[in-house]
Amino acid sequence: MIEAPVDIIYLGETVCSKRRSLGFEQWLELAKTLASNKKEVVLSTLSLIEAESELKTLRRYCDNGDFTVEANDMAAVQLLSENKIPFTTGPTINIYNAQTLAIMHKQGLQRWVMPVELSKKTLMGILSDLDDMGIKDKIETEVFSYGHMPLALSARCFTARAHNLPKDQCDLKCIDYPDGLQVKSQEDQSLFTLNGIQTLSGLRYDLYNELEEMQEIGVDIVRISPRSKQTLEVVNSYYKKIQNIEDTEPYTIKDNCNGYWHGEPGMLQNLL
Amino acid sequence: MIELVCPAGNFPALKEAVNNGADAVYIGFKDDTNARHFAGLNFNEKNLPKAIEYAHQRGTKVFVAINTYPQPDGWSRWQKAVDTAADLGVDALIMADIGILDYAANKHPQMNRHLSVQGSATSYESLKYYQQNFGIKRAVLPRVLSVSQVAHLATQSPVELEVFGFGSLCIMAEGRCHLSSYVTGESPNTCGACSPAKSVRWEKTPQGLESRLNNVLIDRYDDNENAGYPTICKGRFTIGKNTFHVLEEPTSLNTIEILPELDKIGIKAIKIEGRQRSPAYTQQVTQVWRQAIDHYYADPDNYKPQPQWSAALNKVSEGSQTTLGAYSRPWQ
Repeated sequence: MIEAPVDIIYLGETVCSKRRSLGFEQWLELAKTLASNKKEVVLSTLSLIEAESELKTLRRYCDNGDFTVEANDMAAVQLLSENKIPFTTGPTINIYNAQTLAIMHKQGLQRWVMPVELSKKTLMGILSDLDDMGIKDKIETEVFSYGHMPLALSARCFTARAHNLPKDQCDLKCIDYPDGLQVKSQEDQSLFTLNGIQTLSGLRYDLYNELEEMQEIGVDIVRISPRSKQTLEVVNSYYKKIQNIEDTEPYTIKDNCNGYWHGEPGMLQNLL
Repeated sequence: MIELVCPAGNFPALKEAVNNGADAVYIGFKDDTNARHFAGLNFNEKNLPKAIEYAHQRGTKVFVAINTYPQPDGWSRWQKAVDTAADLGVDALIMADIGILDYAANKHPQMNRHLSVQGSATSYESLKYYQQNFGIKRAVLPRVLSVSQVAHLATQSPVELEVFGFGSLCIMAEGRCHLSSYVTGESPNTCGACSPAKSVRWEKTPQGLESRLNNVLIDRYDDNENAGYPTICKGRFTIGKNTFHVLEEPTSLNTIEILPELDKIGIKAIKIEGRQRSPAYTQQVTQVWRQAIDHYYADPDNYKPQPQWSAALNKVSEGSQTTLGAYSRPWQ
């Protein structure tokens, strides 16, 4: 991703504290490498904080001193706001209106990612309310724009369950599925993607065709959620579209959906 | 003494809760400002005063849930719900949205504020946020924590804790689940509805009885199987070649056997799920839990759940089976 035309990179484990692919120091090291290559780095944190050990790790991230932190659980919002550290919120923080954003902005929020289930119409309403409050320009708005959408979090590990393993002895089975486990209906309709305690959408959200409109209504940043394949192609196509550069090798659009953006069920496809 | 908080989806259910020993009932308005926005359910400005009077005359508290998340279009409706409930003199407001908590704290500072389970606070740092910023008095904990996690949290919590004791079980952290809107367009956070009835379709086919949610096949039943409501997370789906309850089997939460533990770790209240259920359900469950709590306090050291309690609760359980859910480690 160092060479890819992305401005911001979110780093870190957001789903399960038992996966320790990298430790805190290694994440920080990676962050520094990326930063020295002119990338803005944000440290992303766990989405469901339950255990004391998870709070302990969270405190280290919040106190890192160098990089902005993305809060994905209200515990992180508390630690950051209490210590007056500016922060970003991810899509699993429930911000559904401008009043909530204004309160969090006073507490240090500088950027937010809209919850995935909200529509263009709601976003326009929120941005218009922020404008009325005189703080629209002080908050950056980011929209989850490409990838399997994070839909739900549980105490239960569904990857372990699918292997008949208890969560306590999960053998980190999820690592074997870099793109998650596909869940289909009994009629072979793609429904969900399982990633440990997280359930994602079966189809990939894709707002490629909405990019112009997104810019017009005031979206500052679009987020692309990586997969093991095709991510670079998607990044390149998004970049070219945003920069108005002709795209001679666009990525293949397949199994994508955009219902939420149009105020419809999230799984709906090809809405205009 | 641990408080018993019971659901009332209408006036008859409220009466059953009050008359069978609930310490508090919780209710909602007839719109999307609460997480049980179902047709034919809930209270309006007309019958709410009478319901409050009925409960208060008999020493039962009334909590009003305004626990969904308003979007710009709905903001004034949520404000009005807060004002109406506060003006009618209810005993607490149960809320989740930060903007609404802030509004209630400023406009009605004297009113007790509870953090709804939809607020999804699963750590004491998160509870501190809501306490320090909006002065919440109590929080309802999501059903994702084990008993030892709840116990640890209770030692550090800046507010009273209420936990779920019985009822349908959310497998996901409440307030952080969009499965329903992904399939139907409506979710608990946005509309107060999960897997809404209007999206449900049943069909008898040669392969069996099929339940669908916005056309998506949720389950297919043989003649000898009991069919359950097609809640999205409780469907039978496939991974590879296996078809099974990928996320959760239809089951109810029942914590009656760990009542002493909940009391010892300092839990202030037990919540019974089920505002969408019948007055008979409220009557049955309230009665059993009242007996259990009284039985426990009469002789704490010799508490033993009675077989007739389980029998009564199993009759009204989803899938006719109960579980300790996340409270019990193996389940996780």
